[in-house]
Amino acid sequence: MDTTSPKKTLKIQSYRQLGLVAFIVIICIAIQFRNSQFLTASNLLDLLTDDAILCILSVGMMSVILTGAIDLSIGSTIALSGMTTALCVSKVQTLHPLVCILIGCAVGFLCGAVNGFLVAKCAVPPFIATLGMMDIFRGLTYVISGGRWVSAYQMPESFKAIGTAKVADVHVYILIAIVVFAVAYYFFSYSRTGRKIYAVGSNQLSARITGINTAKISWLVYIIMGTLAGLCGVLWVSKYASAQGDTATGEEMSAIAACVLGGVGITGGSGKISGLILGAVFIGILNNALPIIHVSTFWQNFIEGAIILIAVLMNFAVKRHSERATLRRRKI
Amino acid sequence: MNLENTVRGGSGRKFNAGKFFLRWEWMLVFLFVLVNIFNSSISSYYWQPETFMDAPMSFLDKAFMVMPMALVLLLGMIDISVGSTVALASVLMGVSYRAGMPMGLAMVVCLAVGTGCGMINGLILAKYDEQQLPSMIITLATMTIYRGLALIILKDQSVGNFPSWFSYLGWGYVGGVPFILIAFAVFAVFFLILLHKTSFGRQLYGMGNNLKACRYSGIKTARNKILVYTMLGFMAGVCALFLTSKMGSTRPNVANGYELEVIAMAALGGFSTFGGKGNMIGAILAAFIIGFLRYGLGLINASSELILIIIGVLLIASVLASNVKPKMKLPEEKESPEKKSQ
Amino acid sequence: MKRQLLASICACTLLAASLLSACSSGGGNAQQTGGEAGSGQESSAASGSAASTGSSGGKKLAFVVKSTGNPYMERMIDGFKDVASKLGHTVVVKEPEQPTAEAQISMINEVVAQKVDGIAVAANDPDALQPILSKAKEKGIKVVSCDSSVNAQSRDVHVNQADPVAIGKALVEAAYDMTGGKGEFAILSATSQATNQNAWIAQMKEVLKNSKYANLKLDKIAYGDDLRDKSTTEMEGLLKSYPNLKCVVSPTTVGLAAASKVLVDQGYAEKIKITGLGLPSEMATYIEKGVCPYMYLWNPIDVGKLTAYTLDALVQGKIKGEMGETFEAGDMGSKKVTTAADGGTEILLGDPFKFDKENIGQWKSVY
Repeated sequence: MDTTSPKKTLKIQSYRQLGLVAFIVIICIAIQFRNSQFLTASNLLDLLTDDAILCILSVGMMSVILTGAIDLSIGSTIALSGMTTALCVSKVQTLHPLVCILIGCAVGFLCGAVNGFLVAKCAVPPFIATLGMMDIFRGLTYVISGGRWVSAYQMPESFKAIGTAKVADVHVYILIAIVVFAVAYYFFSYSRTGRKIYAVGSNQLSARITGINTAKISWLVYIIMGTLAGLCGVLWVSKYASAQGDTATGEEMSAIAACVLGGVGITGGSGKISGLILGAVFIGILNNALPIIHVSTFWQNFIEGAIILIAVLMNFAVKRHSERATLRRRKI
Repeated sequence: MNLENTVRGGSGRKFNAGKFFLRWEWMLVFLFVLVNIFNSSISSYYWQPETFMDAPMSFLDKAFMVMPMALVLLLGMIDISVGSTVALASVLMGVSYRAGMPMGLAMVVCLAVGTGCGMINGLILAKYDEQQLPSMIITLATMTIYRGLALIILKDQSVGNFPSWFSYLGWGYVGGVPFILIAFAVFAVFFLILLHKTSFGRQLYGMGNNLKACRYSGIKTARNKILVYTMLGFMAGVCALFLTSKMGSTRPNVANGYELEVIAMAALGGFSTFGGKGNMIGAILAAFIIGFLRYGLGLINASSELILIIIGVLLIASVLASNVKPKMKLPEEKESPEKKSQ
Repeated sequence: MKRQLLASICACTLLAASLLSACSSGGGNAQQTGGEAGSGQESSAASGSAASTGSSGGKKLAFVVKSTGNPYMERMIDGFKDVASKLGHTVVVKEPEQPTAEAQISMINEVVAQKVDGIAVAANDPDALQPILSKAKEKGIKVVSCDSSVNAQSRDVHVNQADPVAIGKALVEAAYDMTGGKGEFAILSATSQATNQNAWIAQMKEVLKNSKYANLKLDKIAYGDDLRDKSTTEMEGLLKSYPNLKCVVSPTTVGLAAASKVLVDQGYAEKIKITGLGLPSEMATYIEKGVCPYMYLWNPIDVGKLTAYTLDALVQGKIKGEMGETFEAGDMGSKKVTTAADGGTEILLGDPFKFDKENIGQWKSVY
C-alpha cells in the first residue's frame, strides 16, 4: 500500500495504466485505418458482446490471482457447466432460462469448491491442482454427454433466446458484464472480505497472524471463480447454440492475459478492477480486430502474439518507470 | 522447504535408510511397477517384448522436454511456449530441406531454431523476476508468436518426402532397442549429472529457493536463467526432430498442447511450481509412468476422455499423497534437528 | 493431518474407481462401476461385446476417426459398427479428443499392438500417418481411409463420399446461383490443415477459372477450426470486412450451422445466402427459413457402412485395392475400385445429394 499522500497515489495509479491506455488508442487508430467499419457503434457493440464472457471470467481470475494462486481449469468448467445445462434443457424443453443459469452456476460452484478444497485445505500447489482438475472436468464433460454434442436444434427457443436477448439494442451480456464489474468493484474496494483477499495475496503469513482465515479466503476465491465460470458456461452455450466437448479450450490463457495486462500482479496482492476492465477490453479488441484487418488468416496468430508481447513489455516499462519515480520522490 | 531432498551427500551425515526410501522418487518407482502390473492385468497384449520397445515411441518425444522443463520449474518459472517451438523448428527444417538444403544441415537448422526460440525467452526473462515480468505471460506471448511464424511460413501446406534414413530416428532400432530410447538415455544421463553433480545444478536449487540471496551472493542469475531456457529450446528442437521423423512430414499445427503435458510430467516428478525442489530421476520416472499408463489404457481402448480423467486424478492424488507423507514421523527424524542445531 | 489423509484416500479411491471403469468399459463389458468417472459410456464397449460371438467374420477391425463428439463422425461410426457387427467382426473405435495427427498415430500404434486385421481411418493429416500405417501394412494389416484420406502410399484404398470435382462444381454452381451470376462470396472452412476441405476448396478454385464464373469473386477463405465459437467470430469478421458479400459457402457442417445462425441473428437473412455441406438435422430450420436455399451432403451413415464393407472385403482377401476390382457391398450393391486424384485408388459412394425445402422435412430426422 502506498504511504505517499493520496494525490500522489492517484497520479501514480493512473500513470501505471497510461501505458495500456495509450497502446489501446494506438491500436484502435491503426485498425480504423485498415477497416473503417471498426469504430462504428454496431461493431463496438458486437465487440463488447463477444468480450462480455471474457470480462466476467477475468473478474473471477483476478480474485484468484490476487491471492497469489492461479486457476487453469476455467475452460473446462465452462465446458462442463455448459454441457450440463444444455443436456438438461434438451431433455426438459420447458426449463425456464433463469433455472438454466442457476444450474450452470451451481455446476461452476461445485467445480470451484473442489479446486478451492484442494488448494486451501490440502496444500496442493494451485498450478498442479487446477491442471489436474482441468483434465478431470474436461473428461467429465465428455462422459456426461456420452461423447456427443448438443446441437442447436435440440435446444428450445427460450434457451437460445438468452444468447440473443437485447435491452434497448444493447445485448444482455454487456449488461451482465457491467453488473459483474460493478459488484466486483464494490467487493474488492469497499468490503472487508475483499480487502482480506488483498492481504492474503500480499503476505500470507502476516495475514494469518492478524487473524484472517487464509484457508477460507483461498477457498472463497476459487468458489467465486467457479461460479462465474459456470455462469459463462451457460452464456457461452446459449450464444453459440451448441455445446461441444472441446468448448472453451484455452480460455484460461485469455483470462490470465487480460488480468496481467490489466495490471494484476501474478504473485498476488496488487491489481484493480479499473485496470482489469482495460485488460479485458484490450483482448476483446484484439479478437474482434484480427478477422477484419484484411490480413491473411495465417498472420493472425503472429500479430496477436506480437501485440500481447509489446503490450506486456510496454506495461512493464511504464510500471518500472513509475515505481522508480516514486522512489525518487520519496522524502527521507 | 524440504532441504533434505535437495542437499545430498553433505559432510558427515550417516545414511538414513528410512528417510532414503520414503522419498518421492521411490514412490514413483512403486507407481511405475503398479502401472505395469495394472496394464498387464487388463490387457493380454501388454506383456510382450514389443511393448517395451513400442510404448516408449509414443511418449518419448515429449519426454525429451520434461528434463529441461523440470529445471525451469526448479527456478520457480514456467515456459508454455515449447509446443510452438517444436512446431516452428520442425517447419523450418522441412522448409530448408524443401529448398534444397541437405538433410543433415536441415536437422542442424531445426536444433538451431529451437535453441534460438528458447534463448529469446531467456533473454526477455533474464533480468527481472517473476513479480515484475511473469514468465507465464511472456511465454504465452512467445507461444502465440512462434506458432504464428510457423503458420506464416507453411500456411496450410505440409512438407514431406524426407530421405528414408530420416525415419530411422523415430522408428529405427539399434540392436533391438529403439534408437529414440537410446537418445533419451543419453540426454537423461546428461541432465542427471548436470543437476546433481555440477555446481550449476546447485545454483539452480539456490535460485529456486531464494533468488535474491543468490544474486547477492554473486551467482550469475541472469546467465543461468538464459542457459536454462536455451536448453529447453534445444530439447524442443530435439523433440521436433523425433516428432517429424515419426510423422514423416511436418505441418504448422503439430505439437499442439505439448506444453501442459510436459509440465504435468515434471510436476508429477516432484518439481513443485513454487520452485526449489525436485529430483531429475523423478521427472524421468514420471514421464515413463504417464507414458506407459496412457499406452496400457489405449491397449484396452479406454476412451480418450477417460484417460484424461485418470491422468488428472493421478496427478492430484500423487501430490496429495506426498503431502501426507512428511507427517509420518520416523524415530530418527526427531533426533536430527537437535543434532543439527549444535 | 487428518484432512489431507482423508483427501488423499479419496483421491486414491477415485483413481482406482476410474481405472476400474476404464477396464470395464474398454474390455467389452458394459457394466458401470462406482465413482464419478465410472460412467463408462464408451460406445465401443457395447458393440465390441455384441459382436464377439463370431460367425462368418471373426476378424478384428479398428476405426480411428478425426475427433470425438462431432455429429458427422458419430454417424459414420454408427454405420461402420452396424455393418461390421452384422458381418460378425469385432470393432474397436478410437476417437481422439483433440483432432491432431499425433493422437491418431498413438492410437494406430495401440491397435497394431492389439493385432487387429484391418484399420479404417478418417485422417487428421494426409501425410503424417504414413510411417505408422506403413508399419501396419508390413504386419499384414489392411488399411482403408474414409472421409478424409491418407496419401496413396499409406493406404490400400480410400472410401470417398463423393468425387471432389463434383463437390467443387456443385458448390460453385450454388454460389453462382445464389449471387445471381455475379458478386462476391466467401468460404468458411474447417481447420487450415483439413485434407478433405482443402481438396474441395482446391476444386472450387479450379472450377472458378472457367469463364462462366468470371463475375464471381472469391473474397476470402476463413477458417473456423470446426469450433462453433471460432466459426461464429470468423463469420462476423467476414460480414464486417466485406460489406458487399452476397453468398457464403461453408464446406463443413459445423461452419455451415454456425454461420447460418449468425446470418439469422444479425438480420442478414435476406441480403446474404449461405450454402455448403451440412447435416439436415442441424440445418433444417435454416433451410425452412430460406437463408439457406439449398445445400449438399451425403449420408455419413452410408460412408461408415461402405467403409466397413470395403474393409471386410480387403480383410477376407476378396479384393486387394487395385484398380478395376469389384466387390459386393451388401445392401449397397456392387462397388468398383477406381483411380483417385492423388495417384492411389478409391471407391466412390455416389454423388452429393441436394437438400432443399422440399425434401428437408423427411431427412432431418434421419441424420
